[in-house]
Amino acid sequence: MSGAGAAAVVAQVVGVIAGAPLLAGLMRQVRARMEGRAGAGVGQPWRDLRKLLRKEPITAAGTGPAFRLAPLLLVDTTAVVAALVPLASTDTPVSDRADLIVVVAVLALGTVVLALAGLDTGTAFGGMGASREMTVAALVEPTILLSVFALSIPSGSTNLAAIVSGAVDDPARLASPAGLLAAAALAVAVLAETGRLPVDNPSTHLELTMIHEAMTLEYSGPDLALVELGAQMRLTVLLGLLVSLFAPWGIATTASWGALALALVLLAVKVTVLGAVLAAAEVFWAKVRLFRVPELLAGSFLLALLAVAASFFLNGK
Amino acid sequence: MNTVGAALAAAVGFAAVAAAAGMWLPLRARVPVAGACTAALGAAGLAAGVAALGGRTWSADLPDLLPLAGVHLAVDALSGVFMAVAGAVVLAVGVYGIGYAGGHDLSSRGVQAVLPGFALTLILVPAAASVSTFLALWELMALTSLALVVAEHRQRSAVREAGLWYAVMTHMGLVLLLVGLAWFAAGAGGESFPALRAGAAAMSPTARNSVFVLAGLGFASKAGMVPLHAWLPRAHPEAPSHVSALMSAAMVNLGVYGIIRLGLDLLGGGPRWWWWLVLATGAVSAVYGILQAAVATDLKRLLAYSTSENLGLVLVGVGAAGMFNAAGDRPLAALALAAALLHTVNHAAFKALLFCAAGSVLHATGLRDLDKLGGLRARMPVTAGLFAVAALGAVALPPGNGFTSEWLLLQALMHGLAVPGVSTAIVLPVAVAAIALSAGLAAAVFVKALGVGFFARPRSTQAAGAHESPPTMLAGMGLLALACAALALAPGALAPGLVRAGAAAGLSDVRPVSGEGLQLRLTQVSGSLWPLWIAGALAVMMAAVSGLTRGLSRRRRRTQARLWDCGGGAPTPRMAYTATSFAEPLQRVFDDVLAPEQDVDVTPVRESAYLVERVRFHSRVPDRIEHRLYRPVLNGLSNLGIAARRLATGSVHAYLGYGFCTLVTLLVVLAVMQ
Repeated sequence: MSGAGAAAVVAQVVGVIAGAPLLAGLMRQVRARMEGRAGAGVGQPWRDLRKLLRKEPITAAGTGPAFRLAPLLLVDTTAVVAALVPLASTDTPVSDRADLIVVVAVLALGTVVLALAGLDTGTAFGGMGASREMTVAALVEPTILLSVFALSIPSGSTNLAAIVSGAVDDPARLASPAGLLAAAALAVAVLAETGRLPVDNPSTHLELTMIHEAMTLEYSGPDLALVELGAQMRLTVLLGLLVSLFAPWGIATTASWGALALALVLLAVKVTVLGAVLAAAEVFWAKVRLFRVPELLAGSFLLALLAVAASFFLNGK
Repeated sequence: MNTVGAALAAAVGFAAVAAAAGMWLPLRARVPVAGACTAALGAAGLAAGVAALGGRTWSADLPDLLPLAGVHLAVDALSGVFMAVAGAVVLAVGVYGIGYAGGHDLSSRGVQAVLPGFALTLILVPAAASVSTFLALWELMALTSLALVVAEHRQRSAVREAGLWYAVMTHMGLVLLLVGLAWFAAGAGGESFPALRAGAAAMSPTARNSVFVLAGLGFASKAGMVPLHAWLPRAHPEAPSHVSALMSAAMVNLGVYGIIRLGLDLLGGGPRWWWWLVLATGAVSAVYGILQAAVATDLKRLLAYSTSENLGLVLVGVGAAGMFNAAGDRPLAALALAAALLHTVNHAAFKALLFCAAGSVLHATGLRDLDKLGGLRARMPVTAGLFAVAALGAVALPPGNGFTSEWLLLQALMHGLAVPGVSTAIVLPVAVAAIALSAGLAAAVFVKALGVGFFARPRSTQAAGAHESPPTMLAGMGLLALACAALALAPGALAPGLVRAGAAAGLSDVRPVSGEGLQLRLTQVSGSLWPLWIAGALAVMMAAVSGLTRGLSRRRRRTQARLWDCGGGAPTPRMAYTATSFAEPLQRVFDDVLAPEQDVDVTPVRESAYLVERVRFHSRVPDRIEHRLYRPVLNGLSNLGIAARRLATGSVHAYLGYGFCTLVTLLVVLAVMQ
């Protein structure tokens, strides 16, 4: 319970909120350059958010509290997760509450609330998006929890701080077959959860291929700003989580100010690199058909199952 | 006579008064008085259960009450869990029933007199302490519930069919129980539970295995486990909603109670394969149940399948507990059992509320079909809010109550890998995956139920004319919602009781889980959960985000605008997604499991085969197990009956011939055998 620990939590939340639009801008810029376009610049998502916040709040006729509260809850759940996950430091006042299952469930709460908002509009697109989003979310769940299982085996706990600091102390864990398989499985799950290619196309404007965008079609103004910010924050937090789990070097394991500063800089660098790599990879991927997505997720599920089996059989128990 | 005994005596007294009031009072006074007494009976049951959870035990022998065997009752902490759950549900449902039963068939003398009896048996079954008492109460429970299931048989023919299925299946279950427990009593040399406990060790393994499998099947059918679940999605939707709530939240639990009591306590553990069987049954039921719920459009049928799912999860926990116990890891077994019991409690709270809310919808609109509902959020806001609270519990996401128990269950399974044996390394990950898949699908199911059923705009005139329920119904549901909230925020308060229940089941008196202040901490392995803190963090962050957004935005006044209509005129409710369309992607993904049936009838115009006059599309998702497993058996039975009719020609000579042949055959058999 030191000042540096509390500062780490605040820095994580503020960093994710401030950095998420920049990450999205960077990813768009990388994509634009690789496609031979000039791009709108890294700061464009921030300018979009400012523009949207200045607009008049508009509620679609016939919608209720679910529609109005969903954008707030989406940002809310993601911000709570940003506070819980050891992105910069494993020694924070909340690190004993940072259970990986809780983190996954709080993020899922955001998904569920947004799907309810999609149904609340009572339009075909809202329902379509909600239905598809929940289908994908349901199918991702086994992969995520099995990856959690695999990750929890070496440290004997699902507590994130324990998992991450265990990996810092014993880096061989990460290069073990179980660690690599779990990383691959979780990476696919993150792509599906954040609605990136090849599961969903975040920049699509063709309604029939939309998942996430179809749910949020009725939002405008400040509400839309929150929905966009929430989606960008989810991507940032989940990439940060991947980084913390599988490349935790440099993360502060004690509550010292110097270590925290270094950890924050390293975190920014690592997430930026990961985001840029993802954006570059996406240029070469096509979105798969909705009904091919289960095959992709089944593949990742198999990887996660193998990760658990590998960590059991290869640890010589 | 201590607190438990006094409370149980009070429960019996209230039940008698309620039944008498239901039988003899005039219509106007009948429903409120019987309802109030039923609620008091529930409160007494709750008090008895809570006292038992607090560590008090009680037993009584009433030799004159039942001829030959007498009645033996004993209450320990394990009985206490199920007694408290049943009592709490009866309390809420008693209040709810006052408003719900007003008016139709449900206020008749028969229904009002039988309901307290059913409620009382729910509370007394866990207190039974001998085979004969247990079976007598069990059968009484089955008969009273059957009478209540068919209460509305005059209104819908489906009720009669459901009653028939329920009657046959529950009695098949009884036969299995009777055979299994009688075998047990014969082998152990006594029919009281202490005698069974003492004699179990001396029985041969074959006898013990047979007893567990036979009686276990009987209990599993009561718990709605696949493939013995066929009665559940029929009886629960067709029963009056408050009876559905009692059946789904209290009665099915007793199947779980039976398996724990018999397997862990009376038979004293047993080999691992028993518990693999229990775990596998639970996992399959969980996934199959929730898949059927995902494609169901009848709200109450959806809830019934979700009961199958949740009881499946409970049995996964029970199976894991038995398995860890057999492997010698008793603290971990106690953790798994505590998770299973906590999920039973949580499930009872949210499922009773969901069924009551579904009953309110039925009361207000006369509809159960989600495809025709919608728009209830504005018309019955309190019911919609209460349904949302319960649905949050059912989707197992924080800050709902279902999350805590699923978290405990996952923790028990994940730490179970430390138990030696290759089979654990294969079964536990698959069990975790099954829980995860059912949790994910449950999210889709309840998003569908809430989003399609209550949100958007009404899809039929009945839904458009819905009205809020009377205050007694809202009060009953409010009690259940309070229970959901308390369980969600302070599950730690239950920890000592659950530990005692585990000890009563013969596991260990090591505390596997403790509730210290705000957190639920695992004591034997590392792990802790802070339910209240999560809820608080979400609330604080919500306030911060909301304040920040309002501060940053320039214009704050909200205005209304039309929905985006692609320029084609305002969208009508017909264009909105229905429950069927919502479930379509899932139905396609799980095509091979669900085997949906689709028919397209194209009727051409008479003059030309190329011009279509009418196209009819028909799609349904039958319960595949029922289709494949029960149909052939039923068809075979009825064919046998038809074939047997040929023997009865009406000729006396033929009948005398049959008698003669039988006699000769018997004599020959006897001669050969000697």
